[in-house]
Amino acid sequence: MDFLDEPFPDVGTYEDFHTIDWLREKSRDTDRHRKITSKSKESIWEFIKSLLDAWSGWVVMLKIGLLAGTLAGVIDLAVDWMTDLKEGVCLSAFWYSHEQCCWTSNETTFEDRGKCPQWQKWSELLVNQSEGASAYILNYFLYIMWALCFAFLAVSLVRVFAPYACGSGIPEIKTILSGFIIRGYLGKWTLLIKTVTLVLVVSSGLSLGKEGPLVHVACCCGNFFSSLFSKYSKNEGKRREVLSAAAAAGVSVAFGAPIGGVLFSLEEVSYYFPLKTLWRSFFAALVAAFTLRSINPFGNSRLVLFYVEYHTPWYMAELFPFILLGVFGGLWGTLFIRCNIAWCRRRKTTKLGKYPVLEVIVVTAITAIIAYPNPYTRRSTSELISELFNDCGALESSQLCDYINDPNMTRPVDDIPDRPAGPGVYTAMWQLALALIFKIIITIFTFGMKIPSGLFIPSMAVGAMAGRMVGIGVEQVAYHHHDWIIFRNWCRPGADCVTPGLYAMVGAAACLGGVTRMTVSLVVIMFELTGGLEYIVPLMAAAVTSKWVADAFGKEGIYEAHIHLNGYPFLDVKDEFTHRTLATDVMRPRRGEPALSVLTQDSMTVEDVETLIKETDYNGFPVVVSKDSERLIGFAQRRELILAIKNARQRQDGVVSNSIVHFTEDPPELPPNSPHPLKLRRILNLSPFTVTDHTPMETVVDIFRKLGLRQCLVTRSGRLLGIITKKDVLRHMAQMANQDPESIMFN
Amino acid sequence: MIFSQHIWKSMQLLSLMAVVWCVLTPLAQASKSSEDIRCKCICPPYRNIIGHIYNRNVSQKDCNCLHVVEPMPVPGRDVEAYCLLCECKYEERSTTTIKVIIIIYLSVVGALLLYMAFLMLVDPLIRKPDAYTQPLHNEEENEDARSLAAVPTPSGARANTVLERVEGAQQRWKRQVQEQRKTVFDRHKMLS
Repeated sequence: MDFLDEPFPDVGTYEDFHTIDWLREKSRDTDRHRKITSKSKESIWEFIKSLLDAWSGWVVMLKIGLLAGTLAGVIDLAVDWMTDLKEGVCLSAFWYSHEQCCWTSNETTFEDRGKCPQWQKWSELLVNQSEGASAYILNYFLYIMWALCFAFLAVSLVRVFAPYACGSGIPEIKTILSGFIIRGYLGKWTLLIKTVTLVLVVSSGLSLGKEGPLVHVACCCGNFFSSLFSKYSKNEGKRREVLSAAAAAGVSVAFGAPIGGVLFSLEEVSYYFPLKTLWRSFFAALVAAFTLRSINPFGNSRLVLFYVEYHTPWYMAELFPFILLGVFGGLWGTLFIRCNIAWCRRRKTTKLGKYPVLEVIVVTAITAIIAYPNPYTRRSTSELISELFNDCGALESSQLCDYINDPNMTRPVDDIPDRPAGPGVYTAMWQLALALIFKIIITIFTFGMKIPSGLFIPSMAVGAMAGRMVGIGVEQVAYHHHDWIIFRNWCRPGADCVTPGLYAMVGAAACLGGVTRMTVSLVVIMFELTGGLEYIVPLMAAAVTSKWVADAFGKEGIYEAHIHLNGYPFLDVKDEFTHRTLATDVMRPRRGEPALSVLTQDSMTVEDVETLIKETDYNGFPVVVSKDSERLIGFAQRRELILAIKNARQRQDGVVSNSIVHFTEDPPELPPNSPHPLKLRRILNLSPFTVTDHTPMETVVDIFRKLGLRQCLVTRSGRLLGIITKKDVLRHMAQMANQDPESIMFN
Repeated sequence: MIFSQHIWKSMQLLSLMAVVWCVLTPLAQASKSSEDIRCKCICPPYRNIIGHIYNRNVSQKDCNCLHVVEPMPVPGRDVEAYCLLCECKYEERSTTTIKVIIIIYLSVVGALLLYMAFLMLVDPLIRKPDAYTQPLHNEEENEDARSLAAVPTPSGARANTVLERVEGAQQRWKRQVQEQRKTVFDRHKMLS
């Protein structure tokens, strides 16, 4: 395969924005496998080739894991550095972030641990002042400037090099995995630009995350490696198996959760997930996690910034606030989905969409201006979540842990009892409340802009902030009123009853579940993040509650909502079709429409066929015996007809416009001196799927979903009546759900 | 024949990745210099002594309170009680990895910026005398009809020199990006 030559379209490839034929891909793969197996008995070399073919799947998974892990490590390190670049620079080596720069500092007092002589804020560097109003204003100004610079660079790179690199990527990948072709969406330039601009936008302080885009990056890696092996490059069905596994590797490096990654791929992203892919996905996820660990971006062999390790127990009475957090998560999820879809629709249809670069700059400016004064929004969202998840030790300097300590206390670090809150905690509470409101509002406008943007981290941040506030509230109530009935049984004074960090985790899980409607994969990701199985029950309670509450308002998660907004032809397996319509209500042609365009098996000339193709734009034509008896023979694809006729005109002698086209095995009886007939039986699909006109639509939708059909022919007593395509099914479902059927685009 | 071509391509790629990997892994593990390891002990307030953090670069087996906390703030008989409170962690990092990755990233961003400047400023000036204009309006509609009615073009005169092939590839890529830009930014058909 030569990168510089134009790819030659042969009979097996599909056009852009079309759906693949799953059954044909599956049968082609079975043929290939049978051929290799039969040839492997001939010689040793053939046997070795068959072994290599069998192992090629595992080799692809290994490579995907290595590359995905490496890219995730690069992204993490670069984000770490560039986020701190907004505030200052390390003088000894400019490539160090704040923490790396002060790694070897010898400051021993706790308050000074963040200061070291090598790290200087911009105000110190430029005007030699580190405190005071002018220093604050200068730092503020430079923070905004850096944020704008990063965001502008990111949106320009996306616009000039790879426009497909914007957005989260997960809705489009879901559509691709269900059989849709979007050429260039998983290409090399998209991979490069998405990786580079992801670092830039996360560092610019915008309210977005990198997990969704990492899934896109991993799928691009999967596409790249699968194009090196003909087993996967020539077969779109097999390629999608590789892409499912690559998506699992992407989530695995984003969260440090291999099992969660596989379950996420199974539940959210993949369409057909054969069990063989399960083991290979797990392998890819493990290799990716191991590669990331060996790059060691966070300096202590952890994969994720907010890994927590406490094991304090929780109590049954705490299920009540956990369920409340679940309700909050569900409500927030509904609010976010409705507002975000309304804003994206406005962006799509009004003049707002004409200024993407300006929109990014304005949103970044607003985010930076409002985020800087509040210490909880000034730092990166991952650090915020990490601080909220972690419990307060005996030695904490943040305001959130400004509890009044008992001077006689000599407990070890892990078992601090509940203490009354000092003034710092109250300040932290209202700062967190303001940060919560700000994050809720700004994320609605940020997700969906023309830059790579994910929403796992902002949702978790919202949930963590809400959870921590609830946790501190419960802790203080338990401390001050430990003689109430609820607390008396499990909370003695002097004991460590309530862990606010756990509430933050549960809140994060609830909000993430409310937005994405993930179930099992969410719980598994969260407990792989925390490293403890003790908290499965609270996490599940919150996740289930949030899903119930959110489903009461609307059935769609954020990704399905974006699929509907864009009109992708995605037939969701989770949708239930419960109406009692029949196939005859949905099939084309309807009453009053022109008759079905069919080909006859041996009575049309080349010119007739060409005229038919030119005048219509259908993707395929049924082939019948003759115009009188409309008995169905098979189905021919438009693209293959065009290619076959073009080839025949160029190569075969005697094929002119008057030649008869026949789909039969033997040419028909022709008078002498007639031109050479053109045999096109090769491209005819002799086993198209048919249903009768009284088949209930429920069954038809089920067939489309389970077999991945593109079209289905409707017959009555053997005679062809009409055709139902996937788009007709989607439009019918939209109509039944009172949505706009014309929003289904993409032939 | 095609299979062996693929095996050759995979071998090439595997060897390339192995080289890259061999470069990165020794970088990650080689320099256990004094800058790269440390033992961090966090000691909470004890009686009338405030909380402290101690950093020293010792190896993992020496990473405990006795080796790291210096000077010891409590007299000899309280050392054990004080050390029970302290929590010591061994941490490692790789400065070479950080340096290499950041510098590679910055050079990639710089190269992309230069190429973007070239495409937006220099390229239109070079292309103008060429009169190479590609009508991009609704090509898809006419494509099928054109392909059927087209006279078979002589396929032997393919551009053979490397430069011309690179030119052709670049033109194709620019057309693709323009199509993508129209789909995403102008028509809002995708990714809205």
